[in-house]
Amino acid sequence: MSSQVEVPELGAGGLARFAWRQLTSMRTALILLMLLGVAAIPGSLVPQRSQNPMAVRQYFIDNPQSARWIDRFSGFEVYSSPWFSAIYILLFISLIGCVLPRSIEHFKAMRALPPATPKNLSRMEFFSSFDGNKANFDKGAAWLKRKRFRIRHENGAISAEKGYLRETGNLLFHLSLILILVGISVGSLFGMRGEAIVNEGERFISVPTSYDTLSFGKLVNEDVIDPFIIEVEDFQADYDPVTAAPRDYTAKVRVTNPGEESSEEKILKVNSPLTFGNTRVYLQANGYAPIVTVRDTAGYVVFQGPVTFLPQDGFLKSIGSIKVPDARPQLGFVASFLPTYSRSAVDGGISLFPEALDPRLLFSIWEGDLGLDTGIPQSVYRIDTSEMSRIALSSLKPGETFNFSAGSITFESFVPWINLQIVNDPGKAYALYGAIAAILGLLASLFGRRRRIWIRITPSGVVEVAGLAKNGAPGLEEELALLTAHMRDEK
Amino acid sequence: MQTTWAYISNYSIYSAMAVFALSFLAHAFETAWAVRSPELADSASGNTLNRTFDYTRTERAARIATAMMVLAFLLLFVGVVARGLSNGHVPWGNMYEFSITGALAFTGAYLVALRKHDLRWLGLFISIAALLTLGTAVTLLYRDSAPLVPALKSTWLVIHVIAAIISGGVFLLSNVIAGAFLYLDSMERRGGRKPWAKRLPELETLDQLSYRLVAFVFPLWTFSVIAGAIWAESAWGRYWGWDPKETWAFITWVAYAAYLHARVTIGWRGRRAAWLCLFAGSTFLFNYVYVNVWGTGKHTYSGL
Repeated sequence: MSSQVEVPELGAGGLARFAWRQLTSMRTALILLMLLGVAAIPGSLVPQRSQNPMAVRQYFIDNPQSARWIDRFSGFEVYSSPWFSAIYILLFISLIGCVLPRSIEHFKAMRALPPATPKNLSRMEFFSSFDGNKANFDKGAAWLKRKRFRIRHENGAISAEKGYLRETGNLLFHLSLILILVGISVGSLFGMRGEAIVNEGERFISVPTSYDTLSFGKLVNEDVIDPFIIEVEDFQADYDPVTAAPRDYTAKVRVTNPGEESSEEKILKVNSPLTFGNTRVYLQANGYAPIVTVRDTAGYVVFQGPVTFLPQDGFLKSIGSIKVPDARPQLGFVASFLPTYSRSAVDGGISLFPEALDPRLLFSIWEGDLGLDTGIPQSVYRIDTSEMSRIALSSLKPGETFNFSAGSITFESFVPWINLQIVNDPGKAYALYGAIAAILGLLASLFGRRRRIWIRITPSGVVEVAGLAKNGAPGLEEELALLTAHMRDEK
Repeated sequence: MQTTWAYISNYSIYSAMAVFALSFLAHAFETAWAVRSPELADSASGNTLNRTFDYTRTERAARIATAMMVLAFLLLFVGVVARGLSNGHVPWGNMYEFSITGALAFTGAYLVALRKHDLRWLGLFISIAALLTLGTAVTLLYRDSAPLVPALKSTWLVIHVIAAIISGGVFLLSNVIAGAFLYLDSMERRGGRKPWAKRLPELETLDQLSYRLVAFVFPLWTFSVIAGAIWAESAWGRYWGWDPKETWAFITWVAYAAYLHARVTIGWRGRRAAWLCLFAGSTFLFNYVYVNVWGTGKHTYSGL
């Protein structure tokens, strides 16, 4: 037996209206807000690709099973995941649906007169009355006017209201949040971000091929790159002699603006980036690049130049690899650079200080196939030694040469390198203006006091004063006392 | 000279701890005296719990306790300033320095609030909280005075961190009050306040005070997050990067925003509001402890 339940016809329009009303209700907004907070938590506990891709790779190696599941739910990129986006997009739709109608309503209310004076003032908060005359009443009216209340004049009564700023601030705050979101979106859609390692003495020309890493917003391409030139003339790092903590990094650079011939000297520091229009260049990291020369048995140079090494600790112990694909058979040097050399029983060669006080290049030499022709991208800092055999092990001071069966290697000297981060974020100004407006709005909404004050004079000569504080705004009693005193004060 | 300032700082902080301990004892004595009042013990009527007390007897202890608190605050102030002089930068470069400055802000907030409201009943919690914070700082977190790492060399260090420390101090104060509210509320539900608790303010007052503190400091916290974003833009090349500390600052912000909305718009009061307040405060504490000590990311400097 089938029973038909009579359901009132909602229709598509009705359903949409119902959904809209649900979404823009305060309760839903509040739940979404809390949900956004909760959804942000996993990203602080699980490593994120955007911040630490190495840690994510390590996580996959350590826990392959759980890593696959975390990845399935975008756990390694929480803040760009569909579910996180869904929450904040819903929240902002809810916010807009809530704030826009209120803004219109508030705009109307600001232009309208305060509501009429209630019949029975003695029921209001802080009611007081005294015997007086029209002069008292007029003084009160003048006082309210001077205090910039909005006033509705009635026959023998005044209804005054002040503190619209509270609602204005409240709306400004919420609208500014939307502006911040717009700024973030503009930045991620039209922005660009890249990194490049530049050795001291070398030039960086900002074209796509010079970058080590480069990423673009969804709606732009390589055209947004400003073609400036930065030449790193000198780099100084200053370290605390006791703690070895860095005190200061200074890069002296020569900068050529896009489309200009002349160049100028500039100083680049950690907290003071260079600016080219919308693009800014930051000093992010530094390290050492040993300069080596490798010769074959006949004495021909098969490799020469600085090789960027990656710092491993605060004392700038750095690792790197020197690949010599032109040697026959191919040669590889698995190396570490120690700016202030020492030996420890456990770790072998270590560095005691980040400055190059007693630099040493430690390496093992491998012979065989570097695997560069397999087509699989390799790290420039590591060598895949699976198809190679080790033929020697040694260490060199600057200027020294080591001879081995297939040739020789000379550790000529070393140069510091700096890592430049180049960012173009056209949306950040909107975000900043939004943030400033948000603070101002917040202050106005939390400290603004909306209140109404009524004065009435009865035909028998009784002056009545009363007030009403919205949202329990404090201080109305004192204000009314002041007003009453002013009205009664006959001069 | 710098070493001298470092020693002055350390001795001042040890002295401040001793005086906080005395203040705690005086507050404890004040409370205990009220409970074990001889009038109460000798009373034969039986319904002793309902008696009101004459607190003039404990007035002197209360005054001593507050005086001690002021003295400890001054000593701590000297300690914090000397720490700043010893290392040539504002004293919030690592977690030890955050802790001593935070304790200073927390006690300062209490003393300022004390001028307007009679909050002396809170002194017991304030003194023990300051003592524990300083104790943890000098035993676990202490690091020798050191210069700042380059990323911290910015005017924003002063602006961003002082705003964060003051916000934190006031958030915690509001949490203590919300905690007191919950405790007293459950006491009243179980059949009335115990004698010693009778002098504490009405539940309504606590509820309001806890809310007002949050409303007062929420814009400052917002400002602190924004100042941090501006600084991050010039130091790290992005104004927001979901670094763990940033993420938790955001979570704290969202939690307090929810609290304010719940109170102002939906009209939550009492227990529910107090629990939400405690939850929001705990996200702040979690950020301070977890992210600094065990977390990774760009906000971990110089050991701690």
